[in-house]
Formats: sequence, C-alpha cells, structure tokens
Amino acid sequence: MSARNLTKSFGGPPAVDGVSFDLAPGETLALIGPSGCGKTTTLKLLNRLVEPDAGEVRLGGQEAHELSAHAWRRRMGYVIQSAGLFPHLRLAENVAVTPRLLGWEPARIEVQLIRLFDLIGMPLSEFGQRFPAELSGGQAQRIGLARALAGEPDIILMDEPFSALDAMTKDTLIEDMKRLRTEIGFAAVIVTHDFSEALRFADRIAVMDAGQIIQIGPAHELMSAPANDTVARLLEAPRRTAAAVSSAFEKA
Amino acid sequence: MFAEELAVFPSRYAGHLLLSLSAIATGLAVSIPFGIHAAGRPRLAGPALGFASLVQTIPGIALLALMVPVMGGRIGFWPAYAALALYSLLPILRNTIVGLQGVPAPLKEAALGVGMTGRQRLTQVELPLAAPVIVAGLRTASVWVVGAATLSTPVGAESLGNYIFQGLQTRDWGAVLFGCLVSATLALVLDQAIRLFELSAERRSHRLAIFGAAGISLVLAPLLFALAPSGGGPRLDRDFSVAAEPLDGRTVTLAAKSFTEQYILAELLSQRLEAEGARIDLRQGLGSTIMFDAVASGEVDVAIDYTGTVWATLMEREDVPPRAVMYAEVSAWLLEEHGVLAFAPLGFENAYAYAVTRETAERLDLVSVGDLAGSGLTLASDPEFFGRLEWTRTRDIYGLDTLRTRGMESTFMYEALANGEVDVITAYTTDGRIDAYDLVLLEEPAGALPPYDAFILLSPDAAEDRALHAALAPLANAISNDEMRAANGKVDLDRETVMDAALWLTDRTRD
Repeated sequence: MSARNLTKSFGGPPAVDGVSFDLAPGETLALIGPSGCGKTTTLKLLNRLVEPDAGEVRLGGQEAHELSAHAWRRRMGYVIQSAGLFPHLRLAENVAVTPRLLGWEPARIEVQLIRLFDLIGMPLSEFGQRFPAELSGGQAQRIGLARALAGEPDIILMDEPFSALDAMTKDTLIEDMKRLRTEIGFAAVIVTHDFSEALRFADRIAVMDAGQIIQIGPAHELMSAPANDTVARLLEAPRRTAAAVSSAFEKA
Repeated sequence: MFAEELAVFPSRYAGHLLLSLSAIATGLAVSIPFGIHAAGRPRLAGPALGFASLVQTIPGIALLALMVPVMGGRIGFWPAYAALALYSLLPILRNTIVGLQGVPAPLKEAALGVGMTGRQRLTQVELPLAAPVIVAGLRTASVWVVGAATLSTPVGAESLGNYIFQGLQTRDWGAVLFGCLVSATLALVLDQAIRLFELSAERRSHRLAIFGAAGISLVLAPLLFALAPSGGGPRLDRDFSVAAEPLDGRTVTLAAKSFTEQYILAELLSQRLEAEGARIDLRQGLGSTIMFDAVASGEVDVAIDYTGTVWATLMEREDVPPRAVMYAEVSAWLLEEHGVLAFAPLGFENAYAYAVTRETAERLDLVSVGDLAGSGLTLASDPEFFGRLEWTRTRDIYGLDTLRTRGMESTFMYEALANGEVDVITAYTTDGRIDAYDLVLLEEPAGALPPYDAFILLSPDAAEDRALHAALAPLANAISNDEMRAANGKVDLDRETVMDAALWLTDRTRD
C-alpha cells in the first residue's frame, strides 16, 4: 500500500497535511502522536471513510477511486476501539459479514469461520451462536479482529484497538495478534497513542503532529535520532517507564 | 333490541377495521420512508416532527370534522381515513427518526468499514437496531387509531362509534358499552399481535409468530359474518308502497344527525323509501353542518333539517320572522345558493324552549322567560346553544345575564334538571322527556327564539327525481308535535327500539 500527499481539511487548518508513506506486504506501520494530530483521520482516508481533498491511496497498483467506496473497503479489514460488533447479530454472523458481502459460497464461509474462530482461541462451536453482549472486552476485540480478517484482506486498519482494554488483556491480545500475523500474513496500519504498543507490534513507527508525519522509521531509529522535540518528548515517558521497570527487576 | 344491534355488527366492525387498518398502513407507508430520509437531516426532522405533533394536538373529533371541508364536502370513508392516517403519522415517524438516530455512531462507521453500501447499512444494521423503537411507535399508532376510529361516526363513516354515538343519544348505555368494549378489545388484540410478531422476530421463534397470526385472525374472524349474506330484517314484511313510479333497486343515501329524533326520522324515511323498492345507504350520527354539506355536494340524497338551524348557522340571519315566512325564505335561499330543495315540512317543530320543573315553576312563580331575569339560577343547554344567537337574543331581551350557564350533553340535561343540579334547561319541544318529567315550558312572548320546522332536504340531483318526490310525498305535514314527542319518548323513556318507534310513526302517518 502507498499513500501519496494525503490532505484533508474540515474547514479549518488541515487535519491531515501532505501525508505520504509506503507499506510493504506483511509490514506493520504504527501511526502515533498526541490526540488531534490527524492519525485517525489519516487511517480513515486510507479506507475512504473520509474522502481526501488531495492525494491518493494505492493498494496493489489500484488507486482507491478506481473502485466504489464499499468495494474498496471490502479489500481491507477495519478494527475499531470499541470493536463495533453488531449487537443484533450472532458472533458467527458478525464475522461472516464481509465474506457475505463479497458473495462467497456458504461452504467457503463456513470453513473460514471455523478457521478464524480457532485462530483467535474462541471455538466456533462454543461461541458462534452467542451474541456480542455476552462477551468480555478482550473477547469482543478478538471477534472484531476475526471480522476484519474474514474477507482475506491484504491489509488491516486498526484504530486504537487496545486502548479500551485492561493491561493484562491488552498484553495477551498483542501477543495473539503478532502470532496471527505470522500465521496468516497481513499488512497492518495501527493508530495508537501508546508508544509501547507501537514498539511491540509495529515494524515501523510514524510520529504525527499537526497533520504531518514528522518522522517515520523503525523504533530504534526514532530513539537514537529523534527528528525534533515532539518526537523526543513522546519517547520520554516510555523511557522513564522502562528505566523504572528494569531497576525494579534488578532489585528483585 | 340486542338482535337489532347484532344484525348491524358485521358491517360496523368491518367498517371500523377497514378504516383502522388502512389508516395504520398508510401511516407506515408514509412515516417509515420519510423517517429514514429525515433521520440524518436535522433540518427536515425538526419541522416534520413539529408538524406531526401539531396534528396530534388537534382533538380527534375536530380533525375528523375538518377533513370534510378539506375534501370538498365529502363524507364517509375518505375524510375519516385521511384524518386517522394523519393521526397515525406521529408515533411512527417520531419513533423511526428517534430509533435511527439512536444507533451508535461507531456501529454506523463499522458497518461502512466492513464494506457495506449505504443501503446495506440501512437494511442490515440501522433498521434492525431501530426496529424495537419503530414497532413501539406502530403499537402506539394502532391503539390510537382504533380508538379514534370510533369518532368517525359524525363524518358519516360506519364504525363501532355508531353504537357509541347512537347509544349516547338514545340513552342506550348497553350499546355505548358494547361499542367501547369491542373497540378496546380490537385495540388490545392488535397491539398484542404486533408485540408477538416483534418478539418472534427478536427471538427467531416461529411459535410466537403463530400466536401473533392467531391474534390477527381473531381480529379478522368477525369479517366472515360481514361477508355472509344477511337474512334481511323484519322491515320488509309490510307493503307501504304508494307511488306509481317505484324506485326499484336504486340506492338512496340518507343522513341523520346524532340525536334520537333524527335516528327515528331516518328510520322512517328508510321504511318509506324501501317500501318503494329503494335500497338504503344510511349515514347516521353526522355533525349538523357536515350533514348539510353532504347534501349540498350530492353525497347524501335525503336528510331532515330544521328551518331555524339553516337560518342561523348557514344564512347567518339575526332577525326572527314568523314561521311561514322563515320557511319560505329558507327554501328560496337553499335553492338559490346550493341547489338544495326544501321538499316539504314534516309538520312538527322542534324548537328550543326554556323549561323548568313544575316544582320550580310554582315555587318561584315562573310563567315566562322574563321571570328568570335577575335570578341566580343555573341554566344548562347543549354547548352549541350558548354560541348561537338564540341565547344572546333571549339573554338581552329578557335580561338573563345573571343566570349561570352550563354546557352539557343534551342526554344528561333532563336528569340534571330533575335532580336539581340545574334549575333551567333549554328543552327541545319534541322531546319525550318534557312529558315524562312533567316540565313546564316558559312562555316566550317576544318571539326571540326562532321557529324550528323540520323539513325534508333533497340534494340537487334528488331534487329532480320524480320517483323520489312521489315516494316522499306522503310524509309532507304528516307528523304533529305530539306524535313526534311521543315517538321520541318511546325510545328515550320506554326503551323501545328506533325501528319500533319509526314503525309506530309510520302507522300514524298513514291515518
């Protein structure tokens, strides 16, 4: 996937201002920055939930506007903070939404459901007929992930997928998602405000401020050579946490 | 009595159901698409809900009556249907808009995010999630509409309201109760059937859907009787035919206002015209001006009206000429302005008269209306009387400003007088209860109260109809004040049926 010069204004100063990046197959990019920096808008520009004023998005050589918006979105998974499961549909129906929209055969959908429910550690036989209201936050987010993966997209877009979860749940989920990424193989763009999430999950990190990407690169590059004060400040808090944690481990 | 009421039940029930269901269906067909359209457009949703709420604040009976002039004097099914459909709009529209707006924004975004089109999001996510709220609106609408449909009697649509209106006027409380109970049961069964359908969809249970369907068939079952051929009534067993030119099989539409005398006269006209071979379409319990408009527009062929009513409410005249002069002027005006023919007077007069109990008359030495001047007595009359010239004229001429006035349904006036709750009432001079309660009618020497000669009105078309003229001719000047009062008394006091009273009157007119 590649984004070129994406720009969007909601009537004031641009929320997203000339954002460009490339993403290799299977690679994960984290968009990180303070709230209001334009990272969520950037994500929505990628799947056309927000239409850009200028710039273009390409996926496998195809430009976003060569397809209708819904056809474009069916090519990519989308995971949101609150999971966004449809409360009136059973879990199996929730996960099967995109394959159905894509017109898959029922048999193929069934196979896909069994596989995905197994992969997220929630067997279809046990969970398929339940409703979203019966799930914990972590379980709901797993189903949300399964739903995003169900149409076999090349890329998954994730908007703060872990931020509503408690620390323990978040930790297991991050590990599970890394495992899934290895097993299935998909590229991902993840929006987060938590540097340690980005650090653990992403291959590269893009730091955004005031609608622009200030610095993009692997975590160690950002840490060794922060492009400006904003990036440096963003790294301070996790650095202190890391110091405190390692000193605690040493004493123990 | 009961058999007579049961005989008309199927058509009243069918009328009620047809009105209610078509109004609710229209409400759904308009409100849901419009609600969907408006839900995302606050500028449209606000005014639309405002309009629907405004309609809702109009009292049902007024909304129904208003539809008659709006639809150019049409009476019957259509104005009633239009008013009830308007009535059903608000709850469904409001709940559609509120229900759709209540779908959480993240879910709407997720629906697009998984690749749904706008329409797919609407049908697969938004409508299913808003459905419980929309169905609640539908249930409210159906209960309102079934209830309000009982008010369609005064605009000439047949419904269960005919039991209520006629029962109220003829003091047949059994009929009133029957009409209320059936309409309430209908509303409840419909409400619960919709609820069962909703539950069955929610829980995906066929069993509940079957119960719902059972409820609906319960509602529809009485219609089978409406479709079954009726066995005819006791009415055709006598041969009254007089005319050389029979009306064979032609349908004549008759109208009656909503009081005992009008019900009896409508029955009398029916018997007369059926004797000449006509089929009768009877619209009972109409509002006074609604009935006149229907005659003028030709929707009703024959009706009975009163000179004083036409004089004051239609011609808006304030003077009070002698009886014969008024009849002549009214006839001329009707023909000139509306093409309506005042065919013939029936011979009696049903005027207002100030009445007191004999005990009150003797105690206070009351002989004439003027004797009431300066007293603090309470005067009861039907609400429309106090809005008429008759009241302002008599008040000014006889100095009745000090009387306390109370508007009440004429059915209750006589008992209120007998109980001493009120001291004076405006009785109708043909009311059987004047004799029954031994009331004294106060003299009115100044002639301030106009005459109310009953006469036959014919629509412009009927005015040209020779066969109809011949059929109605025997009724001209055929009924005296005493006879009419006696016939009214049979229904109001002796609990005889309207049909029996009319038959009795028919026998008298043939003498």
